[in-house]
Amino acid sequence: MRYSALKIFKEALTGHKGWKPVWRKAEPKPSYDIIIIGGGGHGLATAHYLASKFEGKNIAVLEKSWIGGGNVGRNTTIIRSNYMLNGNEAFYEFSLKLWEGLEQDVNYNAMVSQRGIINLYHSDPQRDAYVRRGNAMHLHGADAVLLDQAGVRKRYPFLNFDDARFPIQGGLWQPRGGTVRHDAVAWGYAHAADKCGVDIIENCEVTGFDIQNGKCTGVQTTRGKIGAKKVGVAVAGNSSRVMSMAGMRLPLESHVLQAFVSEGLKPVLPGVITYGAGHFYVSQSDKGGLVFGGDLDGYNSYAQRGNLPAVEDVCEGGMSLMPMIGKARLLRMWGGIMDMSMDGSPIIDKTHIDGLYFNGGWCYGGFKATPASGYSFAHLLATDTPHDTAKAYRIDRFSQGLMIDEKGQGAQPNLH
Amino acid sequence: MIINHPLLGPRDASEFSYLGDAAVMQRPNPKSETAAQEFYEYQYLRENSPGELRELWFHEQGDRSWLVVTRNISTHEITNVELARDVALNPGEVRS
Amino acid sequence: MSFIDKTKPLSFTFDGKAYQGFEGDTLASALLRAGVKVVARSFKYHRPRGIMGAGSEEPNALVEIHGGASCEPNRRATTIKLFEGLDARSQNYKGSVNFDLLAVNDFLHPFLAAGFYYKTFMWPKAFWEKLYEPIIRRAAGLGTLSMAPDPDSYDKGFLHCDLLIIGAGPAGLLTALNAGRAGADVILADEDFRMGGRLLSESFQINDSDGTAWLAQTLTELYALPNVRLMPRTSIYGVYDHGIYGGLETLTDRIGVKGVRQILWRIYAAQSVLAAGATERPIAFANNDRPGIMLAGAVRSYANRFDVKTGENIALLTNNDDGLRTGAAHIIDTRKGQHIVDAAGRKGVTSITLNTGEKIKVDGVAMSGGWNPNVHLTCHKRGRPKWNEALSCFVPDANTLPSDMRVIGSANGSFSLQAVFDEANKASQDLGYKTEASPQSEDAPLNLTPFWFVKSKTRGWVDFQNDVTVKDITLAHQEGFSSVEHVKRYTTLGMATDQGKTSNVTGLAVLADATGRTIPETGTTIFRPPYTPIPIGAFAGAHKGQHFKPSRLTPSHKYAAETGAVFVETGYWKRAQWFAREGEQGWRDSVDREVTMTRNSVGICDVSTLGKIDIQGADAGKFLNKVYVNSFSLLKPGKCRYGLMLREDGIAMDDGTSARFSDTHYVMTTTTAKAGPVFQHLEFCRQVLFPKMDVHLISTTDQWAQYSVAGPNARKLLQKIVDAEFDISNEAFPYMACGDITVCDGLRARLFRLSFSGELAYEISVPARYGDALIRELLQQGQEFDAIMYGTEALGVMRIEKGHAAGNELDGRSTAAHLGLGGFVSKKKDCIGKVLSQREGLSNDVRMVGFMPVNPKDKLTNGAHFMTLGDQESPENDQGHMSSVAWSPSLQSYVGLGFLKNGANRKGEVLKAVDFMRDNHVEVKVVSAHFVDPDGERLRV
Repeated sequence: MRYSALKIFKEALTGHKGWKPVWRKAEPKPSYDIIIIGGGGHGLATAHYLASKFEGKNIAVLEKSWIGGGNVGRNTTIIRSNYMLNGNEAFYEFSLKLWEGLEQDVNYNAMVSQRGIINLYHSDPQRDAYVRRGNAMHLHGADAVLLDQAGVRKRYPFLNFDDARFPIQGGLWQPRGGTVRHDAVAWGYAHAADKCGVDIIENCEVTGFDIQNGKCTGVQTTRGKIGAKKVGVAVAGNSSRVMSMAGMRLPLESHVLQAFVSEGLKPVLPGVITYGAGHFYVSQSDKGGLVFGGDLDGYNSYAQRGNLPAVEDVCEGGMSLMPMIGKARLLRMWGGIMDMSMDGSPIIDKTHIDGLYFNGGWCYGGFKATPASGYSFAHLLATDTPHDTAKAYRIDRFSQGLMIDEKGQGAQPNLH
Repeated sequence: MIINHPLLGPRDASEFSYLGDAAVMQRPNPKSETAAQEFYEYQYLRENSPGELRELWFHEQGDRSWLVVTRNISTHEITNVELARDVALNPGEVRS
Repeated sequence: MSFIDKTKPLSFTFDGKAYQGFEGDTLASALLRAGVKVVARSFKYHRPRGIMGAGSEEPNALVEIHGGASCEPNRRATTIKLFEGLDARSQNYKGSVNFDLLAVNDFLHPFLAAGFYYKTFMWPKAFWEKLYEPIIRRAAGLGTLSMAPDPDSYDKGFLHCDLLIIGAGPAGLLTALNAGRAGADVILADEDFRMGGRLLSESFQINDSDGTAWLAQTLTELYALPNVRLMPRTSIYGVYDHGIYGGLETLTDRIGVKGVRQILWRIYAAQSVLAAGATERPIAFANNDRPGIMLAGAVRSYANRFDVKTGENIALLTNNDDGLRTGAAHIIDTRKGQHIVDAAGRKGVTSITLNTGEKIKVDGVAMSGGWNPNVHLTCHKRGRPKWNEALSCFVPDANTLPSDMRVIGSANGSFSLQAVFDEANKASQDLGYKTEASPQSEDAPLNLTPFWFVKSKTRGWVDFQNDVTVKDITLAHQEGFSSVEHVKRYTTLGMATDQGKTSNVTGLAVLADATGRTIPETGTTIFRPPYTPIPIGAFAGAHKGQHFKPSRLTPSHKYAAETGAVFVETGYWKRAQWFAREGEQGWRDSVDREVTMTRNSVGICDVSTLGKIDIQGADAGKFLNKVYVNSFSLLKPGKCRYGLMLREDGIAMDDGTSARFSDTHYVMTTTTAKAGPVFQHLEFCRQVLFPKMDVHLISTTDQWAQYSVAGPNARKLLQKIVDAEFDISNEAFPYMACGDITVCDGLRARLFRLSFSGELAYEISVPARYGDALIRELLQQGQEFDAIMYGTEALGVMRIEKGHAAGNELDGRSTAAHLGLGGFVSKKKDCIGKVLSQREGLSNDVRMVGFMPVNPKDKLTNGAHFMTLGDQESPENDQGHMSSVAWSPSLQSYVGLGFLKNGANRKGEVLKAVDFMRDNHVEVKVVSAHFVDPDGERLRV
């Protein structure tokens, strides 16, 4: 079934009787060529690209509850490719390019909205770091513009320029950055993967790996044993828990990050704004809610909820940056589990167990990475070699001293 | 959250800064032949399993004690708080 | 019996038209009394909407209040306590609320079914941002922000209590009475401005007299108890770990009044009782969203509490006995097989059609589909309510409640007043409070038979605000969205500003019907904070504008401000950046002068912001050996040494100097930025890693004022203030010496012969309270040398000229070797970070080097990347980046520091520094990082 305006028109006139499920409710088969554990954005994207770009056949995605219920279902919807370090920038720019063609690729409108992202700076050293970053972006073919204070004021006149504890000096602007309707990403990838024959199996929790002589031959699940030639794990905040079933310890900690949405408001914000002197970034959804977030609560947690100090910290940042939001009301807040890695960058690699592949450590940047993560993981699963843009995401980089540390915070996940 | 400081009584968690798994108390022997591997595991690998975790908190806006807090990271329930120095001096002993 | 004071009329305007209400009214009750039917438009279809509820569950009646910067969007008319002069307006329409051009959406509804936007608007690609999205965005959203800074004041407060009671209905009041009489510290909070809950809205009998008499008597007693704090207009919006509750108290909705409008409370409660009542459910029949169709309990609230008749000829649609309390001309009881199949009257219901085909003229409809306990706060810590089949509602599950919380009354599914009282007494006893016999009241059962919705080809509303209908939910199911979470996300059910208070359970029932499952099989619905929306301004409190973060002022701040300093933010510090003098054309003039005068004579800079850590104990030297890469244990007392500190991962953490004052006493300095983290790190090493070492640490950053006195005349100047018994000649007090001295006739001071500028230089510190006096004395005594103060810019220029790494170089990715300090790492001892610094990946040949433009007229820019001449500009060819840049007045050229691959072996090579951000590409020559006095002669004279 193909989605189009014409199809909507026809269905509207015939009582919407012809709409079929966006993806089939598949039952598990005894075995697959490739099993992806985790029906989140990354897992579904992996399945889609495996099936559509790497001629993958006989693929299943196993999801312990409902698809898109992890971080793709609870995030601040931002896409961007404004990274500084070589290991990262090529990957995120690749991802942004995939976003730009996503809807036509999967035939689902995920509302990719490139209305720009600005990262504000408030000091000379911050500006210098942004210049270095902007230049790195430029070298990688990404777009980046350095704005001075006047340039920022022109685009974002409602920011606090005149009574700020940390005055805005300028910003690094990426016009191609923006937002995406996050749930639709999961549904769109599911729809497209399903069309290529991928089995998306919900309510199927993996409870163990079948590993014999150093080779993974399948998984145990709440719906029985399922065999597989290759198993790819993309379970974000649950990475350590799942990989421990294969006897692995990872360079990850699970932390809680809260996100917030306000009541609906008529349009006020163009694109994404990131404060440089406080923990606050914000955009406005198509429905009108201000979608914003800030820093991690700071402690390890699997509880999917946070506490008040982080909420207040974020709102204080928001009010000091844009004091016109004081009367916008916070409608909903929620906490997600972030797979925070030891250098703030992800891992896409084989493991020491033959046939077992790992994708994780996305920290709180996993959403924008979804397409490239899926593509690169598919590449790795299909060819056993890393995708060109994801070569730095090796799991042994910590033992080898090849960290990709954008923030320069070292092996302390809550500071990344 | 509230941390019941062994010396100062209940304190709001926002007075503290957080380091993480108290496993980092056991710094490997730098003279060991396998020091490189041991330091790598010490510095980077974490159990990170749900449930109870012994972890390090620093009373930054208080008496500057490092504390070992036993907290369930699935429920945030805290069951024990000790001075990290006491734990470090008597690693085998269980206190409450 | 009403709670309206008709002797106190209040004037207000709605959509510009003047109305009158009374003290005790809400905006909603006053509008209803005035006969205003249409007050709002719905989110998607822009349907005309009236008031449906009487409290925070209201989905329809969202209005804007106040004008200008104070404009507040999306306020519920049902929760605004009416006040004199209130200016309220409807919102979310194009035209007027009575004639909304966007109502065209309603007629196009077949094309706008659930999720329609996911299936189209994809072609042509560029049209999404340019065409479709702007149209959708303008049509969506609700109220408007003024775009001006919020002019109001908010505050934060902290409260502690033995017992927090949430909800001041009969359950909460009786519990408060029991606990209060027992002497407990009690907080009783209710979101309403009047306490009493349903006692205000129903005509209950208690102890054989009017229930309001019991209410009045109870409130009188509670207000008289000093240990009970009654907090009306306080919404307990969230439950957090370890007995912490968030509350928002609204003091006033007026503007232009002095003082705080709202207080965000953080309440620390040993125990809590949730007595938050229940919310009535609508029934989804076709066109059940017509203005005038209301919840039955709300109809009674308006009649009893507010003395407002919502209609003269009302029909009641109920599936339970509670609904029968409503005064109605026509009773349609679903338990008797009757229901409504349609309602007519676009701007106010005029008639209903029954399933019998009978059409009845009405001017209002009261719906009662049963009650949902307000279990919201039981879910905030991931508790899950359970389905109670007999009551047909979710009730709290005692097994998943927060451990400090009890739930009583209708929030617990106890819907009769007698059961409420009994449960309150039981909870009080469980908490250890004595109780008296329960007040006597009616024990009427609800007698509910579930009736959720009417199947129809016409739309029946489930989520009124977001325009989610029965058909949307069944369509979602048809498209495979069968998990309740998927349905919510696909249809937006329960995502509106009321967070699904009236819609979630009904939506679940529709989904259950579609899937052929029971409601508990279909799923549950859990709630996240906040219970009611909280202004972002209230969460921020006073922490905005200049008060966002604290400001730290240096000891010389006052003097600097008097002498033309321009200040710069350095963390929380405000430091003097430069000192502008008359006639100077810009900052560069000032900075060049400061550098030149310092290098030619003497300049003084406030370096008190550097972290200072006092380290004492028999093992102090041993301890420093562990935390620095180089050795300190053999440093002689009276001497200083530069030290580099690594993180355990082998990356440079910080640098600074440590001075040894005695065998057991060192004074460490850190960089300004890392003062906190380094102190924390040292305490970690001391308490956790090396607990047996005899060493103690104390941060003395704030206790000492410290000035750098630099330049050829530095000693001469200091000699004028250092007391005569201290010999600071070059021989007696050479480079890197330190010592305790006195200045200005006996003032205790410390002197360090350190140089960041490359000049003959000292750092002198005195107790912070003498900092202001000392800077004035130094400048006074220095007049003969033309002594000046210099700021952070000149400090930066001189350190770059001298080739010292600073924050831009110590960026958390550089190693000792990268910084050219590999030789500092002692081979003889272990230190933090040493093992991991030896990993292969860190042993690359990137080095910090100096750069100068080939053409002296060229400007260097920070953040430029280096390319080998002739190479294409690409990531693969990237040779490094420029980390620090300054105009050197000494060399009359730009100078820069940066990191370069194979940097140690490329001196003299010409590279291209490319800066796309400023469009500044220049050829640069690789030079030594030590631009000025590379042999260090000047600092030793």
